[in-house]
Amino acid sequence: MSLAAPRPGADTGAARPIVEARAIHKHFGPLHVLKGVDLAVAERELVFIIGPSGSGKSTLLRCLNRLEEPSSGSVTVEGIDLLDRRTDLNAARQRIGMVFQSFNLYPHMTALGNVALALRKVQGKGRAEAEARARAALARVHLEDRAGHHPGQLSGGQQQRVAIARAIALEPRVMLFDEPTSALDPELVGGVLQVMRELREDGMTMVVVSHEMGFARAAADRVVFMADGRIVEQGPPAEIFGAPREERTRAFIGQVERH
Amino acid sequence: MSNWDRFLDSFFNARVAWEYLPRIVDGFWLTILLALCIIASGLAAGLGLAVARSLGLRPLNWLIVFLVDLFRALPPLVIIALLYFGLPAAGLSLSGFAATWLSLSLVLMAFAEEIIWAGITATPRGQWEAARSTGLSFLQTLGWVVLPQALRMVIPPLTNRTIAITKGTALGSVVAVSEILGAAQAGVSFSFNPTPLTLGALAYVVLFVPVVILGRWIETRFAWKR
Repeated sequence: MSLAAPRPGADTGAARPIVEARAIHKHFGPLHVLKGVDLAVAERELVFIIGPSGSGKSTLLRCLNRLEEPSSGSVTVEGIDLLDRRTDLNAARQRIGMVFQSFNLYPHMTALGNVALALRKVQGKGRAEAEARARAALARVHLEDRAGHHPGQLSGGQQQRVAIARAIALEPRVMLFDEPTSALDPELVGGVLQVMRELREDGMTMVVVSHEMGFARAAADRVVFMADGRIVEQGPPAEIFGAPREERTRAFIGQVERH
Repeated sequence: MSNWDRFLDSFFNARVAWEYLPRIVDGFWLTILLALCIIASGLAAGLGLAVARSLGLRPLNWLIVFLVDLFRALPPLVIIALLYFGLPAAGLSLSGFAATWLSLSLVLMAFAEEIIWAGITATPRGQWEAARSTGLSFLQTLGWVVLPQALRMVIPPLTNRTIAITKGTALGSVVAVSEILGAAQAGVSFSFNPTPLTLGALAYVVLFVPVVILGRWIETRFAWKR
């Protein structure tokens, strides 16, 4: 099956969205970074957010698990209102896995320890069960033989895959990727993208901020182009990359394609 | 008697040394006890204040910063004297041991808080974000992710400061604590000979050289694999 082919449940609007952000505004002091952004992500959908730096795409992603507090608007994940004070944010965050540009592995723990920590402390699993699940998650990113290594002993690509394992071990309903390959040497990018491709084949709902346009073309259901704190244009990758309607989209695509 | 003989008789007098050795040994154990008490309560209080400060409650932080600056600014001997000679006027009297313990604990607390706080703020923000994104609470993140890294980072300055303040136990001699220096000074008064001070100096070397080595060992032991 081609990755670009639409799959059941992937058609936007029909299914109830897993993640829904409405009218998100975000101010950093005098800076107005997000200017009323709406984004709904359906089950099993892979949404790819592109745009020039400073367009607010990372900030939008970080609003989706409330690492960043939106100044106004609403964010719901599986119907849970993340901005409601009564919401147990720590419980809700287990449904939302996040992978960071700089991996952010815990340097004082082994790969296994990194993956097992939240299983034990948040989900309250015993050591044996947590470690079994952690090993299974490491196997999904093809690093079961690195379980005992510390982050400093792993390559950047391996570290990022451990970070992915740390997130998927909690069995999230959606995964957020914040420029997951931007800090990697070019030869290490492939391994991380391969793991993301496999996650997608397993039906994981994903929101990806990245400059990997080739991956976006091949794997995304929908590409969202952001500029200046707004969504300028969105649609299937063939449309956004092949026949963008907006001038700004055309300019941006033209610039990145030239590289 | 030549000058050299006089020097030897003053500082290395075997008869005096033998006579006062038991008191110096008693002082040695008392110094260890006092030092352990100070290290335990000073570091624990410093860690507690650093954790409290990380909660980010502004009035609480003002109070913490005020306390820390106060006890970093005051000479330890002044605090000891205030507690030992001043408190009885308020109807509360502390033993020399308690006054020294409390004073040096407060000083170590202040320095330890600053050092540990520096370690907490030096831990990359991404560590907090990664841990919180997996559902760990603020305190779980602090305890399992941030503090283990922060403490490792600050072990060298923390050991240095701990050793420096622990040596301040000698100040207890001013308020009649017969730790090493107190015992040695008493020996000098009784024997009219400074040899007990030589013994005292030796006792400090015997006590603190291993502590310095231990500090070095801790630094290497807790460096993580890279």
